[in-house]
Amino acid sequence: MIMAAPSKIDILKHELVPKHEILTAAEKKELLEKVNATEKQLPKILDSDPVIKKIEAKPGDVIKITRKSQTAGETVYYRIVAEKTKHH
Amino acid sequence: MALSKFRELEFSLMSPELVKNMARVRIVTSDLYDADGYPVEGGVMDPRMGVIDPGFHCRTCGGGIGDCPGHFGYLELAKPIIHVLYTKFVYYLLKHTCRKCSRIMTVAAKSPKAGKKSTATAAKCPHCNAQQKKVTFAKPYAFYEDKEELSPMTIRERFEKIPDGDLKALGIRGGRPEWLILTLFPISPVTMRPSITLEGGERSEDDLTHKLVDMVRINQSLKENIDIGAPEFILNDLWELVQYHISTYFDNELTGVPLARHRSGRPLKGIVQRLKAKDGRIRGNLLGKRVNFSARTVISPDPRLSINEVGVPEIISQELTIPEYVTNLNIKHVKELLRSGKVNYVLRPDGRRIKVSEDNKKDLIDNLTIGWTADRQLQEGDIIIFNRQPSLHMVSMMAHRVKITPYRTFRMNPSVCPPYNADFDGDEMNLHALQTEEARTEAECIMDVKYNIKSPRSGGPVIGLDLDQISGIFLLTKKTTLLSKEDASQLLAEAGIEADLPDKKEFTGKELFSMLLPKGLNMEYKANCCENCDDCTRSGCEHDAWVIIKNGEVKSGCIDAKGVGAFKGKIISKIDTLYEDSEEVKNFIDRAGRLGIAFLMRRGFSLGISDLDLDSSVHMRIDQEIKKAEKESNILIEKFKKKELKILPGLTAEASLEAQIMNTLASGVSNVSDIIADNIKKSDIIVMAKSGSKGSMINTTQMAAVVGQETILGKRIKRGYMNRTLPHIRPGDLSPMSHGFVSRGFKDGLTPFELFWNIMNGREGLMDKSLRTRKSGYMQRRLINALQDLKVQHDLSVRNANNQIIQFMAGEDGVDPTKSDNGKINWKEYIV
Repeated sequence: MIMAAPSKIDILKHELVPKHEILTAAEKKELLEKVNATEKQLPKILDSDPVIKKIEAKPGDVIKITRKSQTAGETVYYRIVAEKTKHH
Repeated sequence: MALSKFRELEFSLMSPELVKNMARVRIVTSDLYDADGYPVEGGVMDPRMGVIDPGFHCRTCGGGIGDCPGHFGYLELAKPIIHVLYTKFVYYLLKHTCRKCSRIMTVAAKSPKAGKKSTATAAKCPHCNAQQKKVTFAKPYAFYEDKEELSPMTIRERFEKIPDGDLKALGIRGGRPEWLILTLFPISPVTMRPSITLEGGERSEDDLTHKLVDMVRINQSLKENIDIGAPEFILNDLWELVQYHISTYFDNELTGVPLARHRSGRPLKGIVQRLKAKDGRIRGNLLGKRVNFSARTVISPDPRLSINEVGVPEIISQELTIPEYVTNLNIKHVKELLRSGKVNYVLRPDGRRIKVSEDNKKDLIDNLTIGWTADRQLQEGDIIIFNRQPSLHMVSMMAHRVKITPYRTFRMNPSVCPPYNADFDGDEMNLHALQTEEARTEAECIMDVKYNIKSPRSGGPVIGLDLDQISGIFLLTKKTTLLSKEDASQLLAEAGIEADLPDKKEFTGKELFSMLLPKGLNMEYKANCCENCDDCTRSGCEHDAWVIIKNGEVKSGCIDAKGVGAFKGKIISKIDTLYEDSEEVKNFIDRAGRLGIAFLMRRGFSLGISDLDLDSSVHMRIDQEIKKAEKESNILIEKFKKKELKILPGLTAEASLEAQIMNTLASGVSNVSDIIADNIKKSDIIVMAKSGSKGSMINTTQMAAVVGQETILGKRIKRGYMNRTLPHIRPGDLSPMSHGFVSRGFKDGLTPFELFWNIMNGREGLMDKSLRTRKSGYMQRRLINALQDLKVQHDLSVRNANNQIIQFMAGEDGVDPTKSDNGKINWKEYIV
């Protein structure tokens, strides 16, 4: 595979990249209780995702994503960082 | 019969031993019945192979007609026969095994498909070094080795020698390759090929039985010929014939095999034909089940019915039944039903079902007790499900109340046509009588039409007034409409409103319409007849297009499609959100529809060709307008030729010219449209366009004056000959007239060129429509299948069948569009 040269742009500042925040362990626990779900039931985000690499989130971390919404104005979404399978 | 559980199911070939072991009868004769008409033992209809006649019991299992599953027999074939449906596999095996040692033609017993080079071309066997010959397969069931025919016997001998160790590599699991060549033939149980007795006692046998008879007869004769040592060619002919009969028994549509025919000339049905295609066992019986307690007939409109009613023909209501469980509370009622002949069957607790007739009615009434069930006929007020295919929607199936009506069609309120996408040009619809209390309750609480007026897709109503209903309401609520007290009360009565009128001589249409509205309804909106003036005076609108409703009274504005129409009706939408789970909207739509029609009947409503007549002065102005647009286009063309044309950003010179010509012509047509709107104001055609009930100003313009530019793929007509659209036009002519501009109206008539272009455009529309519906239909089907088990949970999160979260908040805002105003919540209105 050809590796792309490290980007000179801060992707976090790009207009189309919504705000990503890593939840603390306490926040994560609170979230799982609030939505009555286990880690397996949360939507995933790959650790190979550019934003995840940039903010240095580790597998198992829950990311809070705040983005614009057509219906609600602004909406929050949560994703759990998942390891990219080796042979992929 | 004892039931037993099975753990696994394996599909593989039947060994001759299995054929023999599962058979009860050895078939030895092709005779079916003896002189007395009894089935011959050892014949194809041997009674030990199952029962098909009522009253008889099976000689094998003792079961009656419904209990005996049937039993196999077997036929000893005089010579082996190739199973036609496996010829390809036989060919494959012949190619990849050695002709001498029968080993697989690869070294390490690997699959022949795994190697790079096909082993079929290898010259020598890697195991015994024997020289190979080229095997060819001639359809339907002949095999040759270097032009010399391989008999099934030789093939079978070769297959017998294939060692078990090579089978896996050849792709065989659970079976032996020699079983592909039949030596014992299983004779199917009579239960799968029952004979029918025609009137007069003559028996008619099933196609498969005919086939089996042929098979057995030729096989016997082959056997006899072998025994007497008949010459080779006779044996071969008979052998070939047995092969033919067995092959067509399996599949009578084989290429290269003549069709096996019935005496009448009708082709016989093989086993494959029983299973295959539309009416076969799979698609016709297993996937296509028929539904009991349902009815289907043509639909017709009846505006006097409520939107959640359906008119059911009496004959249908007598056929459809609903089980009524007899309790101490309803026993009197059920007995009354029985007496009046409204019960078709009664079911006793012991399971006996008794058909009610005039003779046994009295006894049944006396014997009827708690615990019995009566299948009573459909009655007025019963809840049923009404459906029109294709059922793409949840609103393609809604619950209606039964109304028994004369004649033979289902009747429905025309306002419920949009959700079903129904019209009355011969459409048929289905009706399902609900059989359980649970089903009826569910239908009543969630499927009733009155709870499905708002679409969850748009948040707007899918049910509302249409056509004359809107025209009527529009004319009624016009500023100028005044009604006498007599007329007003007549109209209200026809609309089904019982109310005392205030003591007044004259009533306005708005006052009358307001009587349909619930008290406490407040709204303000722009009506459909709004002309989009530059300086809107709102409540002072000269077209009466600013609607103000205060506390259920129309203060100003005409009520039209924007207020009460299907898909648009703001008033309907508002009442639906305000009076959720009530009869309010339903009653409003029922009454408004009837009021509109009643008023229109009194006023009269018609239009004719003369409505489109224009004064000669108006004609002159229109002609000037068109000429002007054409002239401007020609100037653009001149400029283009001199390369002086203004080139639009992002376009080539040619495209710029096209765009500018199109714009020029379009604005010319729109000017004509304005002239027409000013000059045929009195016609009902304008009423329809303004109220939004049918048609538009574009349609009016096209009829009265000018059709305008015809397009193909959104462009002026370009196709035809080289550089010209028709052979009558000079090559390179770019003028509007030569590229599909129609400067005449339908009333005055089109020139032949113009007609041709109009048809080109029309054909494009037709093709577009059919292609688009197919594409989008399949796309939607795939989406539905992908999303079918997503569900909004009680915490408003969306989860799939594994409980994985898809959305934390449904639609990100948690709003149910059916309980909102077009997907939004106008909170200001609810706070004041």
